[in-house]
Amino acid sequence: MTTHTLLQLALRSAAVGYVSLLILFPLAAIAHQSFIGGIDHFIEDISTPQASSALVLTLEAAFLTTIINAIFGTLSAIVLVRYEFPGRWFLNALVDLPFAIPTLVTGLMIAAIYGPTTILGMWLQEGNISLLYAKPGIVLAMLFVTMPFTIRSLQPVLMELEREQEEAAFSLGASPWTTFWKVTVPSVLPGLLTGVFLTFVRALGEFGSIVIVAGNIPMKTQVASVYVYGEIESYNPQGATSVSVFILLISFLVLVLLERLTRPPGERMPRWFRWSKRPLPMIHPSEIG
Amino acid sequence: MKIEVRGLTKQFGSVQAVSDVSFTVKEGELLGLLGPSGSGKTTVLRLIAGLETPSGGDIYIDGKRVNDLSVQDRNIGFVFQHYALFKHLTVFENIAFGLKIKKWKPAEIEPRVAELLSLMSLDALEQRYPHQLSGGQRQRVAIARSLAPRPSVLLLDEPFGAVDAKVRQELREWLIRLHDRLNVTSLFVTHDQEEAMEVSGRIIVFSKGKLEQIGSPAEVYEEPATEFVARFIGAMNILEGQVLNGIVKIGSLKFPAPNISDHVHVKVGFRPYYVKVAEDPHRYRQPATLRHIYFLGVAYRLEIETEEGLILRSRMNKEEFRQYRLEVGQPVSFAVTHFRFLPQEGISFPSSASSQLFDAGPLTP
Repeated sequence: MTTHTLLQLALRSAAVGYVSLLILFPLAAIAHQSFIGGIDHFIEDISTPQASSALVLTLEAAFLTTIINAIFGTLSAIVLVRYEFPGRWFLNALVDLPFAIPTLVTGLMIAAIYGPTTILGMWLQEGNISLLYAKPGIVLAMLFVTMPFTIRSLQPVLMELEREQEEAAFSLGASPWTTFWKVTVPSVLPGLLTGVFLTFVRALGEFGSIVIVAGNIPMKTQVASVYVYGEIESYNPQGATSVSVFILLISFLVLVLLERLTRPPGERMPRWFRWSKRPLPMIHPSEIG
Repeated sequence: MKIEVRGLTKQFGSVQAVSDVSFTVKEGELLGLLGPSGSGKTTVLRLIAGLETPSGGDIYIDGKRVNDLSVQDRNIGFVFQHYALFKHLTVFENIAFGLKIKKWKPAEIEPRVAELLSLMSLDALEQRYPHQLSGGQRQRVAIARSLAPRPSVLLLDEPFGAVDAKVRQELREWLIRLHDRLNVTSLFVTHDQEEAMEVSGRIIVFSKGKLEQIGSPAEVYEEPATEFVARFIGAMNILEGQVLNGIVKIGSLKFPAPNISDHVHVKVGFRPYYVKVAEDPHRYRQPATLRHIYFLGVAYRLEIETEEGLILRSRMNKEEFRQYRLEVGQPVSFAVTHFRFLPQEGISFPSSASSQLFDAGPLTP
């Protein structure tokens, strides 16, 4: 064995070891713990009224958050990449702030602006809209912490997008609207999907800001992560791990799907799943220059 | 369909990219827009396509003024230097894109795409994605895509600029064959004079946003209308001097200028192959020293220095080169057999002043 292959082996083991130590082993541990009483126990744990209500609420809120941030994140990314305006650099710098702020502080910030003693809060109260300790508050908190994902994953692909592709579409008779949907969106789709899926899984796990903004009202504002926290506090680690593992499973499936969908076109679906019966053409490496 | 451009002008901020350009591309012609980078040739092409709005002047396609038509409605085919293929679509879908936009029926799309695939020798590749193709294949797909909806004119912006030399040569031959077959009025931009000469029926030479000359490859080569064209197309020796008693004397070289008045400053130009060089220092009238030998593949280029320190370039074919045993640093003799006075602003020369035989014969019989 040469030094070179030895080095390669060492590097590979280091990478595998690092990922295993940090992610795989803890995952295995919690999965083991949740299934220790068998699959029946797991299903029982996640289908108690309180647990299932928390899970449904979490999925609902995360879904809504994902849609809103996909739309506004896309628009913001386009504006930040394509248009010059005073203060653009400042806005661009602000985008990362949700990553930097502790989520508890995020919760405090939202409470401070929409609280019942503020002008905005009073105005909302007059209109009989409850934001804090209600579902909209949860969505608001999730929106805040996941805002950077769509924008940051779209920005580079938008910058890379050649204006020429759009011009080519124009020259073939496509209107700007058609060009946007048939050329621009598909070209930036991998970036968009990354942003959207990360938003979703991040929203599923949010805890700090939600516990402050929406509180911990079972069956009403209690999301999955808050439920897990409550179960740990009340010495029910079994219930806590089962709900955690369920959320983890969903996240894992979403991320596996994302990995597939962001591959180059033509390689996205597993071979057995491709619609076309035509075999993929064999490509000799020398043909690609 | 012919293209006509009248007084076309384009201003980008304070930069005049195109100034007062007028020309006509004849029906079915393949015309090359040639110029160094930044000379405004691409802007002219984009103006004709409708991808830019002119600051002044008119554009006619097939006799119809198209200034107010959007790029979508001009029915042009545009080929970009970097292909601009739709990366998320297969070769087939790329070529069919324009047909779908124009609401062709699927039953018509299929045979039209198949026709173009075979025309461009892309038959086996229809299900591939652009990232699975080579540069030459990508550009052929781009050309097929632009031709599919039967455009009235085809515009190509440096179409072979992004591929290596060998593929570029292949693509040139492709374009010529394709044009012979389809006969679609085509305008293509290039900065490569050799490419322009080889591919186009006529050439327009551009410099700094202005049209310098329009003519056949032979015309722009043999009779450059301006000093810029003379310098840009092919290699040329250019010397400056003053007319005195009907003669321009530059060092020991004498150029007769019978029709030019005294004291006029002129530029004398002659191609390297009009400079004859011999190993024998007494074969021709002028003595010089050989400074460099360049091997060009098809011939040799010699750089000689006259006694007055003028550096001249000469071209010598291989057979002649093999007869002599030329070495750098050795004395040689030379003669200039043809020359012309280069056009200069404000001075027009009678045509008889150019291309005269001069000093051609051997010194001693």
